[in-house]
Amino acid sequence: MLEIAIKGSRNYWLWIVFLLLVIGAGAIVYIDQFMNGLMITGMSRDVSWGFYIANFTFLVGVAAGGVMVVIPYYLHNYEKFHRITILGEFLAVASLVMCLLFIIVDLGQPTRMLNVLLYPTPHSMLFYDMIVLNGYLFLNIVVGWKILEAERNQVEPEWWTKPLVYLSIPFAIGIHTVTAYLYCGLPGRGYWLTAILAPRFLASAFAAGPAFLIILCYIIKKFTKFDPGWDAMQTLAKIVCWAIIANLFFFLCEVFVVFYSNIPSHKTHLQYLLFGYHGYNALVPWMWSGLIMMFTGAVFLVIPKLRNNKVLLPFTCAMIFIGAWIDKGLGMISGGFVPSPLHHVTEYAPTGPEIMITLAVYATGFLVLTILYKLATQVKEEVNG
Amino acid sequence: MMEKSRRSFLKVAGIAAIGLGAAPAINFASSDSNGKAHAVKSKNEEALSAKRWGMVIDTNKLTKEVAEAAIEACHKAHNVPDFNHEVDEEKFPNTRPVNHKQEIKWLWEEEFHYAFPDKEDEFLAEKYHHLPFLVTCNHCKNAPCVQACPTQATFKRKDGIVLMDFHRCIGCRFCMAACPYGARSFNFRDPRPFIEEVAKDFPTRSKGVVEKCNLCAERLANGEQPHCVEASEGAIVVGDLEDPESEVRALLNEHYTIRRKQSLGTEPSVYYVM
Repeated sequence: MLEIAIKGSRNYWLWIVFLLLVIGAGAIVYIDQFMNGLMITGMSRDVSWGFYIANFTFLVGVAAGGVMVVIPYYLHNYEKFHRITILGEFLAVASLVMCLLFIIVDLGQPTRMLNVLLYPTPHSMLFYDMIVLNGYLFLNIVVGWKILEAERNQVEPEWWTKPLVYLSIPFAIGIHTVTAYLYCGLPGRGYWLTAILAPRFLASAFAAGPAFLIILCYIIKKFTKFDPGWDAMQTLAKIVCWAIIANLFFFLCEVFVVFYSNIPSHKTHLQYLLFGYHGYNALVPWMWSGLIMMFTGAVFLVIPKLRNNKVLLPFTCAMIFIGAWIDKGLGMISGGFVPSPLHHVTEYAPTGPEIMITLAVYATGFLVLTILYKLATQVKEEVNG
Repeated sequence: MMEKSRRSFLKVAGIAAIGLGAAPAINFASSDSNGKAHAVKSKNEEALSAKRWGMVIDTNKLTKEVAEAAIEACHKAHNVPDFNHEVDEEKFPNTRPVNHKQEIKWLWEEEFHYAFPDKEDEFLAEKYHHLPFLVTCNHCKNAPCVQACPTQATFKRKDGIVLMDFHRCIGCRFCMAACPYGARSFNFRDPRPFIEEVAKDFPTRSKGVVEKCNLCAERLANGEQPHCVEASEGAIVVGDLEDPESEVRALLNEHYTIRRKQSLGTEPSVYYVM
């Protein structure tokens, strides 16, 4: 089936070459980081995780969001999602590839990463994160590939793919729950120390993942002969709508609790993010843009007329996607570290090299996504004649 | 001990080199050079031991000069880099400029409201505002960093000391996120250009690993007091918290003491006499 990926139009190859160039540029910067250490990043003693982990956290959500097409189709026999289920699964694969790469580029000693397997440590949440992330990646590759292959050969998928699909559902919830547990189990970090973190992560994941899938559907419709179906996209839009509203609601719950209870160690982080703290306010415009985008997106999706507007929908989805990226990426990670446990304020911004490496990881993810989507759409074109 | 493990290393390397070819043999032997068969576990009779090591810092005795002397003694002996140190251009050419936010520290001074942010008080006695508070790893009884570490590179010894294996650490910095006291530093770069004089009896670190105070475990094992204690002119005392007869327990009995962020339940082993 992979042979499909090496036959493509001029535009297809231009896109591939573009991605390879970005990957190459990022790889050169990464060599510098590998040789000289994470000093090339904007991270510091006080803000010890930055852009890499922020993007990792966000993309775990995009990967988990794939389950929002799997559940309706496989558990509720929602036929309209039949055509896009594979897109959800392959999006999860590409996102997880990026997640794992972000972890690797964030390590101080990447050559030692297998120590996590050599010295398995069940009291560390990272141990479980490794298991669920790799497990979910494996499940989606196997299931997506086998079902697509069966479709191409016009036979029923092998019987054992079904239980794997069902297994992938708790895994999807699991990856984001465990990723939230990385943060919310730490005693000294008031911003993360909240039981609603995992639900909040899941809500924003179920908004960001399907929102991105809608955008991808538009792209697929434009560049291939495969039509994912407007009805399916409309249902996805409704899922995005309720998920982003849930995310905003959870955020408001958080805001109420920290400001009404007035406990400094919990309050100062949101204070820093929303209004600035002791004159430090680098993230304030970011945070408000994120909130406004998520809120506007939610309003545009609630009103049927705006949701059904074929021109507006991709922009609404982009707004929600970027809003969630800010909220769960930089806002979540920097917000947790500023102020520090000693209430010093050290601000963080990614450096140029850090951004370049990040872009290269995204380019790698898009390369995987492009190839997988090329397979999927071509097979569907063949089958549907 | 040193001699013995080297001999066993050479022996294994020699035999393996014949059968396997030199390169893989050296890799094999060097990773196994602790020589399981030859290692002899012997207890140093002089070693200081405790059920649970703890530290008491008497803020009445700790002047600014004493605090600085303690920090210097600690950092020098443990090869902690000083980013203000002028780099020897001949030995370390093309060293890039430093980012002071990426500094390393094991023991340092903080003002009261930073050391004890949960005890912030607008009407706090004036004298406390100007006192230097020495802060370091608390060697917590329930250490969040030990819980977080995915490779057990950070681990807790039976005697309560939280230690680090610099060669196992993968540099994920989960421990830094977990520590509520900001006690941990990450080597964002090779620290060696910033060490004025390398102390030979303690390892330097490589880039990409985390480090922190080790309560001078290497000195306790030789029957010596930690460097900060020696330099502190009696302001810092280290001893067995579980032993009712110990000096630290006597101090805790006589004085009112506080610990950092007690409410988190980490059970810090560093006490401050107020």
